[in-house]
Amino acid sequence: MAKIITVTSGKGGVGKTTSAAAIGTGLAQAGKRTVVIDFDVGLRNLDLVMGCERRVVFDFVNVIHDDIRVQQALIKDKRLDNLFILPASQTRDKDALDQEGVGRVLDELAKEFDFIVCDSPAGIERGALLALYFADEAVVVANPEVSSVRDSDRIIGILNSRSKRAESGDEQVKLHLLLTRYDAERVEQGEMLKTDDVLEILAIPLLGVIPHDKTVLAASNVGTPIVLEAGSIAGQAYQDSVKRLLGDDVPMRFVEPRRAGWFTRFLRRSA
Amino acid sequence: MIETERPYQIRGTTQTLLALRVDTPDDPTFFDLLKTDVLKSPAFYKNAPVVIDVQPILDQPTTEFRKFVARVRASGMQPIGVINGDETWNKAAAAVGLSVLAAGAPAKLDAAPSNAEPPRAAPSVAERGAAEAAPTPPAARPAPAAMVVEETVRGGQQVYARDGDAICLASISNGADVVATGNVHVYAALRGRAFAGFDGDQRAMIFCDRLEAELVSIAGFHLVSEELPAVARGKRVRVRCADGGLVVDVVS
Repeated sequence: MAKIITVTSGKGGVGKTTSAAAIGTGLAQAGKRTVVIDFDVGLRNLDLVMGCERRVVFDFVNVIHDDIRVQQALIKDKRLDNLFILPASQTRDKDALDQEGVGRVLDELAKEFDFIVCDSPAGIERGALLALYFADEAVVVANPEVSSVRDSDRIIGILNSRSKRAESGDEQVKLHLLLTRYDAERVEQGEMLKTDDVLEILAIPLLGVIPHDKTVLAASNVGTPIVLEAGSIAGQAYQDSVKRLLGDDVPMRFVEPRRAGWFTRFLRRSA
Repeated sequence: MIETERPYQIRGTTQTLLALRVDTPDDPTFFDLLKTDVLKSPAFYKNAPVVIDVQPILDQPTTEFRKFVARVRASGMQPIGVINGDETWNKAAAAVGLSVLAAGAPAKLDAAPSNAEPPRAAPSVAERGAAEAAPTPPAARPAPAAMVVEETVRGGQQVYARDGDAICLASISNGADVVATGNVHVYAALRGRAFAGFDGDQRAMIFCDRLEAELVSIAGFHLVSEELPAVARGKRVRVRCADGGLVVDVVS
């Protein structure tokens, strides 16, 4: 039976899609049959970030409404043959999704895959609620700043009260915190919240801390999930996070400010 | 014992009531002020049963009483009886359909005795039947129904303890509300809003391990975050009613 993991945040622009693409790709690298679904109907981005936007024929909404089989809409990743993407529709809006239809598609996918990663839209409206409704686990993406943490708190409340698991009285959705865009130097200067401060407020287990890294944007622009960039520290941090998601105990990296080497210090002094 | 079947049941019940002491009923601002108070805390005053304390006006004529009661009702409160009346006033009350109640003990603003007595057990203002004024033995009192919340209350969520205390073991997030007719206890950080004594009990209190609240309110009195004393911020505190306002005590 497939495990459904929803990547969500409440706030927009914190790195949900980047994280969903990285986690999906990481799970596939670990040998798991994985599909990543874009729930952001009307503002689809996942196919861009994963580099398959030129091969989209059918989408999630077609599968729900237009008698298209889910296998026809799935796009196979070019790099990993156990990774698939179900893109969102760009021409419809989020009301095109309904609970019964989403449930049917997820049931169908659950037969074939080990992991279903749902990339949630921002907000707490229909699209976001449907993306989290069927979740077994949720990766709550937050940046180390107050408004993002507040919105994450709100979405955790919704996960705990309005998911299928909450409604049916099953075991609660398993929650993970993924702290992204973490700039250790700015944290040290007090411009950003410390990991401990965020954990204190959100009170859910930490899956990983993704350091702020310029390679993320560059990789996203060319459609390469960041875990496939060998030199990227963000990519390595995502890979660690995926290992933790699969139950491995991996130490946290990249959470301390990088100490300047003697050469850089020399340059700064003479500048 | 087998109970005989009846279409109804009559039981004694104890309610906390508001008392409206009428000092100067002919003051032209009387009803404007009253209306303002009701509008300020509608959850507290709107349709609240209220007894009219006529003691200060015993020597005045009762001719305008019907009109007076109608205007109190128009302000949003529900007059149900009078207290401290003499024979003339009690007759006037009966004539306008109000009950004559025995005077109760006024609510104490001083919170000191609350350790000794359960928060909701004692009638604070008026009580039907003066003969029953003796304290009820503990076994006969209904147990205060405290609500225990074990998980973090998240932004957008609300917990409401309708019949007593709310006891929260994890923190209250920004944007979350904890509401109780009794006391509010938070054994963690209070970051959201807390309402104790929601139905008007000024003896209710708020306790928390770390005060970072957006708002604290007891019986309609409130302080917003900005108004909280700086020395109490982030501290373990008790909030209580005193002198017509709220007092925040740091407890170590």
